[in-house]
Amino acid sequence: MTQLHEVTMDEIKHLVSDRALAGETVLLNMGPQHPSTHGVLRLLLELDGETVVNCIPDVGFLHTGIEKNMESKTYQQAEVMTDRLDYLNTVGNNLAYCLAVEKLVELDVPPRAQALRVILAELQRLASHLVWLGTSALDVAAMSVFLYCFREREVILDIFELVSGQRMMTTFIRPGGTWRDVPVEFEDAVRNVLETFPKRIDEYEALLTKNPLFLDRTLGIGKVSAEEALQWGVTGPSLRASGPDWDLRKTRPYSGYEQYDFDVPTHTEGDVYARYLVRVQEMRESLKIIRQALDKLPLGPIRSNDHKFVPPPRSEIGVSMEALIHHFKLWTEGFSAPKGAIYSAVESPRGELGVYLESDGGPKPYRVHWRTPSFNNLEVLPVLSKGVLVADLVAIIGSVDIVLGDVDR
Amino acid sequence: MNKQLQPIVQALQKEFDAQVDEFRDEVHLLVASEHIVSACQKLRDEFGFELLSTMTAVDYWPQDDPRFHVIYQLTSLARNLSLSLRVPVAGNSPAIPTLTGVYKNANWRERELWDMFGIHIEGHPDLRRILMPADWEGHPLRKDYPLGYEEPQFTFNFKEIGLGKPHGKE
Repeated sequence: MTQLHEVTMDEIKHLVSDRALAGETVLLNMGPQHPSTHGVLRLLLELDGETVVNCIPDVGFLHTGIEKNMESKTYQQAEVMTDRLDYLNTVGNNLAYCLAVEKLVELDVPPRAQALRVILAELQRLASHLVWLGTSALDVAAMSVFLYCFREREVILDIFELVSGQRMMTTFIRPGGTWRDVPVEFEDAVRNVLETFPKRIDEYEALLTKNPLFLDRTLGIGKVSAEEALQWGVTGPSLRASGPDWDLRKTRPYSGYEQYDFDVPTHTEGDVYARYLVRVQEMRESLKIIRQALDKLPLGPIRSNDHKFVPPPRSEIGVSMEALIHHFKLWTEGFSAPKGAIYSAVESPRGELGVYLESDGGPKPYRVHWRTPSFNNLEVLPVLSKGVLVADLVAIIGSVDIVLGDVDR
Repeated sequence: MNKQLQPIVQALQKEFDAQVDEFRDEVHLLVASEHIVSACQKLRDEFGFELLSTMTAVDYWPQDDPRFHVIYQLTSLARNLSLSLRVPVAGNSPAIPTLTGVYKNANWRERELWDMFGIHIEGHPDLRRILMPADWEGHPLRKDYPLGYEEPQFTFNFKEIGLGKPHGKE
């Protein structure tokens, strides 16, 4: 048997207070197998009775070496790995990666593909917020919301299955466009979502927004100011709950987000309740975007015509020698990107999801770095949880909305 | 280059002898490691770059000087600007000063740099591995670190591979 490394008190004594060393406070593990840490997050808590004195997050249990793995794959192959980062935002990860590759090789995307990307990314945002709403409500003992949220999420996953054949790891968005066009049933399925969801969101709000038990557990808990949130690199809904209206879809529009009319909900309180309100309002805004994108969904090609980067359609391969050569080159060697480095970011349901992509001129990325929002949003947890009760800590973890696949990569 | 960025870039060029590089409308500034903390301090306090979006590194092995580039991606919310600073680091006992005094979230990113690239962070308050186990050997994102994989077991080599696994050695 290999010997397990045991972490001694010496290695962590700079992280806890002197009272812990004197034995006046208790050190307690929360996780990595704990239902309300939303995955494999381990928190080392220093407790004085039931009050959290220090909270030391320990991450890395889900580290899969995706950044290293992507270096050994061609640009097309590497995309499959992006789904596995933040498994509640798979379409968003694909989008972030494809936008980065397209920026690197200067590839244009036809309007229909852009609109489809927006629709799917917003559906994904809805699905992700539903999981967050259900689980974070479950953390503060509102059991029924969880069941409703997962019922609705199923409808969205069915749409993903309809377009891509996969419920979660879709890889539907590809560099230069999308994998295929959507089937004819797609529009009805999305219209169904648009019709039913406003009422459903009203139902969730009826269960939570004015519920005195929910207010008790969330109002004034886990407060953070805008300046402090920015110092800790918090982005997304968690930042917007503290004031700044920083949403990359508005400030640095990509995929044609500038054509759609939507608001960026903000609050100033910066507590668990404000983060709840921002996300619920965001769900309504997502529906607005989907409706506009679907109403004027343009016809036309769904992939770029540049066959140096995008595989030609199957029908052309049988009749065109050039298409056959392109097909062969793309699926054996891949395409080469010019030497250089870019950083491209999108607004994921959790915040700024950025991709740093560096190319050495070859067909494989020389370095891919993922700026995952959960990593920074989790780092602020020790600040949020100073002096709260353990039960409130559970509510705070739920409210910052972390996905451990996104933290650990 | 973005008009708003020009005075910022010129100021950094003058004060810290930074080299400018542009690619796909993004501005990269090459800064020496002894200037990086004061450069970031200036960018935050005078030019409104409140957010350190990310910090990462690239390994150019077998090239040795510089072997690494450490990249700082800064964002200004108020003026909607982005700037990327690059710090060349030599391969022989690589080290950079800590940025935790300027941006608090540099803490975990620098731990990640230490963990993944073995770049020592001088003055860091809590320099432990973050993603790999505490007793891990080597720094996985270095280019001379092989991409390991588990060999699939088939019927003809099941035992042979099983013996090589940690639990098979008893």
